[in-house]
Amino acid sequence: MSKYVLKRLLISIATLLVILFVLFLMEDMMPGSPFNDEKLNAAQKAVLYAKYGLDQPFMIRFMKYLGAMLKGDLGVSYVINKNKAVSEMIMNPLWVSIRVGAQAMLVGSVLGLLLGIAAALNHNSWVDSLCSIISIIGVSVPSYVFALLLAYFIGFKLGWAPILYNAKSVASSLTLPTIALAMFPIANISRFTRSEMIDVLGSDYILLVQAKGVRENDLIFHHALRNTLIPIVTVMGPLLVNLLTGSMVVEKVFAIPGIGMLMVQAIQNNDYNVVIACAFVYSAMYILMMLIVDILYGVIDPRIRVAKGAD
Amino acid sequence: MSETSIDLAKGERSEDSFQASDFQFVQENEKLMDKTYKATSYAKDVWVHFTRNKGAVVGFVIIVIIIFMAIIGPMISGHTYDEIILKYQSLPPRIPGLDKLGIFNGFEHGKDVYAAKGASDVYYWFGTDTNGRDLFTRVWQGTRVSLIIALVAVVIDIVIGMSYGLISGYFGGKVDMIMQRIVEVLNGIPTLVVVTLLGLVLPQGMTSIIFALMITGWIGMSRIARAEVLKLKESEYVLASKTLGAKDFAIIFKDIMPNIFGQLIIMSMFSVPNAIFTEAFLSFVGLGIQPPMASLGSLISDGYKSLTIHPYMIMSSIVVLALLMLSFNLFADGLRDAFDPNQKQS
Repeated sequence: MSKYVLKRLLISIATLLVILFVLFLMEDMMPGSPFNDEKLNAAQKAVLYAKYGLDQPFMIRFMKYLGAMLKGDLGVSYVINKNKAVSEMIMNPLWVSIRVGAQAMLVGSVLGLLLGIAAALNHNSWVDSLCSIISIIGVSVPSYVFALLLAYFIGFKLGWAPILYNAKSVASSLTLPTIALAMFPIANISRFTRSEMIDVLGSDYILLVQAKGVRENDLIFHHALRNTLIPIVTVMGPLLVNLLTGSMVVEKVFAIPGIGMLMVQAIQNNDYNVVIACAFVYSAMYILMMLIVDILYGVIDPRIRVAKGAD
Repeated sequence: MSETSIDLAKGERSEDSFQASDFQFVQENEKLMDKTYKATSYAKDVWVHFTRNKGAVVGFVIIVIIIFMAIIGPMISGHTYDEIILKYQSLPPRIPGLDKLGIFNGFEHGKDVYAAKGASDVYYWFGTDTNGRDLFTRVWQGTRVSLIIALVAVVIDIVIGMSYGLISGYFGGKVDMIMQRIVEVLNGIPTLVVVTLLGLVLPQGMTSIIFALMITGWIGMSRIARAEVLKLKESEYVLASKTLGAKDFAIIFKDIMPNIFGQLIIMSMFSVPNAIFTEAFLSFVGLGIQPPMASLGSLISDGYKSLTIHPYMIMSSIVVLALLMLSFNLFADGLRDAFDPNQKQS
């Protein structure tokens, strides 16, 4: 197991390095410069370039950035917050984004699991049909469409929750974004839970457990659910990633000052260091999630642990 | 009763247990012939399975309708997508016939907007936007963009994803190792990051979207293709082909590929909703299709700006986008079940 984790860790680090390199390369090819809209002549621009070390060759800049990054220094912002350290700038937006994402994932997986279990236990009843309808709609309709509909009907027409982000009442202004983002996980997880649960409930070992006279709650949550969870953990990774993509747009709809908003703003202003930091944080979160899911997979299912350990 | 059966009964059982009259012949007067049932062809089998799946049929019909409307919609409206009529700004939907019933009658916030603008004899089916452009034309024009993206996604899936998976799986060993590491790295970069950055390096619009799909859109397909090849490459017909001296690429593309092609086409249908979503997402953030050209994403982005004042502006494009993605999902699900009934029906 530890060998497997180590291998995965090494691949993740290598991937991150490649990503950083590609990001740098793309930045280099981007049209325009950070000092576009200031009234500067060529000589002044050259001075600015020299000051921030942008006049040096590509590889040297890359190695310098990498070295600074290992010490936790992500450079300074050129445009948005002049000369402010990027690592400070991304802290707050990052927490807001992570909070929305985590809330949505929590709500999504709990509701999805419950819905899926309910549908499997009442196979071919109205609960089952309801579950199918919810899952089909949730999978097909993009999260920002949900966000817009929620903003209009619940936020604007009914006035139950604020439409725009308000730093003073964070919890209530994150309600609608959370619901909008949770729709996709609910739909996906309930669909997988349902089909897996039906499979597991029809298996021999459940029959044996029933024959032993185990109480129904125990049977479902202790015996059946554990085996059901295995395939569901595999879809968690892609789901989390999807959440990241969705959150960027949902942030725009509800004007949440998250990392997605910051990134779009930075791209539009050619603020190199901020763009690289945001994109890198996104990639790092993504890779970390994949890693966790992979390891979690082995924890839940001992059979996989053995197979991978022998690898 | 024939003699033999009685003898047998006597020989094997005690005399009283069975009487000859306990038995009777069946099929005495029937001619025992093999019944021939009508053969079902593979295509018919697929058709039966497919039509039995209500959702899939509904999805297919909606797709056909949407494609049809995307083709003729901009032609029948009498407007072009970029035609600006300033005096007809922000008109709500008004449909002839239905306006008598009290819906789609051009009223907004209790006022007849058409009468106020002196346009009582004008009908805009989906209304107009804040620039006075016909939304009906723009929605179907935007649908064209989404459909083109969908087509491109399928082609990319098949051309790049399938070839990559086939080659990686067939050669195995070091080739496979390197190719799979590349996939892992590509897969590690969030599509979001690639797509947003590409939107800047390349000219914004179709090119950047298609390029983004080319970088990450095919990874799922390549994994499936690789898994299929790993199953097939040990089979006897491949060995036979090898023995006859076929070249590697001939085996891959002439022998193995036809066997898994159908299955992969079906899998590629699942990437369609994803591609449509990517386009809508990009255009919504403002990095995709640029005005005056319309796409569903950019229309939603435009409508969002006046969501609380003129909610109808966003509704038509939201409904078409949701229907399109929903029906492609249903259709792909139905196709998979029809072509491969062994698979778990979820």
